[in-house]
Amino acid sequence: MLVAPVFLLLIFFLVLPIAVMAAYTFFTFVTAGVETSALTSANWHEFFTDSYYSGFLVKTLRVGAITAVLCGVLGYFPAYFIWATTFKHKWLLLLLLIVPFWISFTIRTFSWINILGEQGVINVALLKLGIINEPLPMLYNEGAVILGMLHFLLPYMILNVYVSLESIDRTLIAAARSMGCTGAQAFREVTLPLSLPGLAAGLLLCFVLAAGSYVTPQLLGSGRDALFGNLIYDTIMGELNWPMGATLSIVLFVVLGFFAAVYTRYMGMSQIVKGLGG
Amino acid sequence: MKLTNSKRLERLHDRYQNGDVSRRTFLTLTAAAAAAAGLDMPWMRQALAAVEEVRFDGWGGTVQDAIDKYAFQPYTAKTKLKVVQGTFGDEDEIITKIKTSKPGDYQVIHSSGVNYYIKYVNAGLTSEINEANIPNMVNVLQPMIEPFRKLTPKLSAVPYDYGTTGIAYNTKVISPEEAKEKGAALLLDKKYAGKVGGYDDMTTRVWYAALATGQDPNNLKDMDAIWAKVRETRDLAKKFWSSGAELMDLLSKGEIVVTDAWSGRVAALQDQGAPIGYLDPAGSYAWMEDMLILKGSPMAECEELINFMLDPATSIAVAEGQSYPPSLDPTKVKLTEKIEKLPAFDKTGTMKALTFADPVYWATNEDAWTKQWNRISKGA
Repeated sequence: MLVAPVFLLLIFFLVLPIAVMAAYTFFTFVTAGVETSALTSANWHEFFTDSYYSGFLVKTLRVGAITAVLCGVLGYFPAYFIWATTFKHKWLLLLLLIVPFWISFTIRTFSWINILGEQGVINVALLKLGIINEPLPMLYNEGAVILGMLHFLLPYMILNVYVSLESIDRTLIAAARSMGCTGAQAFREVTLPLSLPGLAAGLLLCFVLAAGSYVTPQLLGSGRDALFGNLIYDTIMGELNWPMGATLSIVLFVVLGFFAAVYTRYMGMSQIVKGLGG
Repeated sequence: MKLTNSKRLERLHDRYQNGDVSRRTFLTLTAAAAAAAGLDMPWMRQALAAVEEVRFDGWGGTVQDAIDKYAFQPYTAKTKLKVVQGTFGDEDEIITKIKTSKPGDYQVIHSSGVNYYIKYVNAGLTSEINEANIPNMVNVLQPMIEPFRKLTPKLSAVPYDYGTTGIAYNTKVISPEEAKEKGAALLLDKKYAGKVGGYDDMTTRVWYAALATGQDPNNLKDMDAIWAKVRETRDLAKKFWSSGAELMDLLSKGEIVVTDAWSGRVAALQDQGAPIGYLDPAGSYAWMEDMLILKGSPMAECEELINFMLDPATSIAVAEGQSYPPSLDPTKVKLTEKIEKLPAFDKTGTMKALTFADPVYWATNEDAWTKQWNRISKGA
């Protein structure tokens, strides 16, 4: 009986919307903003036969994977520092991680234009110092998109790793040290393996969020740097073609779901849940 | 403005006199209203007083600031009817929202003329305006109204302003002489590779490709040549902007030095002292905007608002504020010197000097061309 409300919530907020989207994939597009419920497989046929879509899907997965790995590499160190520090007010460091969330995601993304742009802080400083003669093209390319997503996703990674580190029994590290391990050896043999569930959970989270992103590529990238989410946005909002937009949405959902399933299968779901839950 | 029962009955009487409602309908509605008012049920009063605000959605930025300052604020002060505002960067975006909302959630849209009017008509989103409730429509340019009336004899929208999408350039980099000489070809000048911008919009891209290939934008014969030119511009472009704010940001920050641009937004930048020049090349893309009332809106209140917006004093103030000429006929209404100097202003009132998109021709090709543009813009 206690499961019933959760079950209903899942049906209402998860299964039902996806089912409606799935049904829409078989509707017929008439013209911009107009579709009929006459069933057709044309949208799926177009997706499977047009390499334009598969090309973007592969690119999206690549950018998502690069972003997630960079988040893992860059996020582990701050998480470790927060965990290991003896600073009395550790909560303040954790608060600093959450502070960016108080500012609108769009504004945070826009701020990179003022940093990376031709009139941005970096270019102006380098020009004034005489290090460069022409502004560096740092904006509206894939690098800027990945940087924007790193900015957005790093706190998720740091928090995941921190929670995982926090669950480690520190006496294990002390035991390793007492048995002759150096600090680096203790980290490599004890701390790192025990924090992997958090790192794995963070990687999955960052990958899924990056691969599903569309605002960051829209603002910091050029048209060529669009991701699969941008295709969905343009199809629904630009072409007003809901059946094809629904098809692309379901594709992204299934592909990301597949990767999440495979990942948890090999990483072990319990390990990831442990990482997420501490 | 809260409409009183007597005001509503006066309007009903007007409609009866204009032949909009039959004698039987008029008497039935009058009797029903009188009976209801006589009974004075609590719910009746609440129902009649329900309309306290009108929802408006527009393009934001300097354009909407001007509309708010010179039209909505005075209107609210006069009538106590609030105008709740929303913004959009792309009109397809608001059409998507309207489609997913219930009738009446969105009411008045600052829409992009006949090309978009067709989309609302096709999607069954239009209403029927009672023009008798908008007496200021007599001053609106007939050449602007006619294309709408061809699509729906009973209008759902009233033209409000017009402008052009011409060429904006940074005068520190490009001289006015060079701009005049090269015209639309500036967008394809390899000298400015990586510093070119453009509106992320199929119509604008195809229009300027048509000019570059010497074709009539309203009768394109060689689409392969068009797409080749579109790709050429794409390869030279740094960024295709998707809102007026982004356009102004890219130009003012020097990220781009030449782009096609909305005349009013460029005028706003020039007013701020930015070193930006503007020219309309031969065949420059002209467009009009209208105030569109959606199906399910409180018609009387929306009509009243639009009538207020079309009042010459209001319309002129808004036009000066947003830097786009108003839809008022200059042969009927004395416009100001400032308006007469605005880009695209047509003093003849015939609009023959401007090249508008043929709505039926473009609507016929819109789906396929939009899809193709979306692909090209992403590198295809």
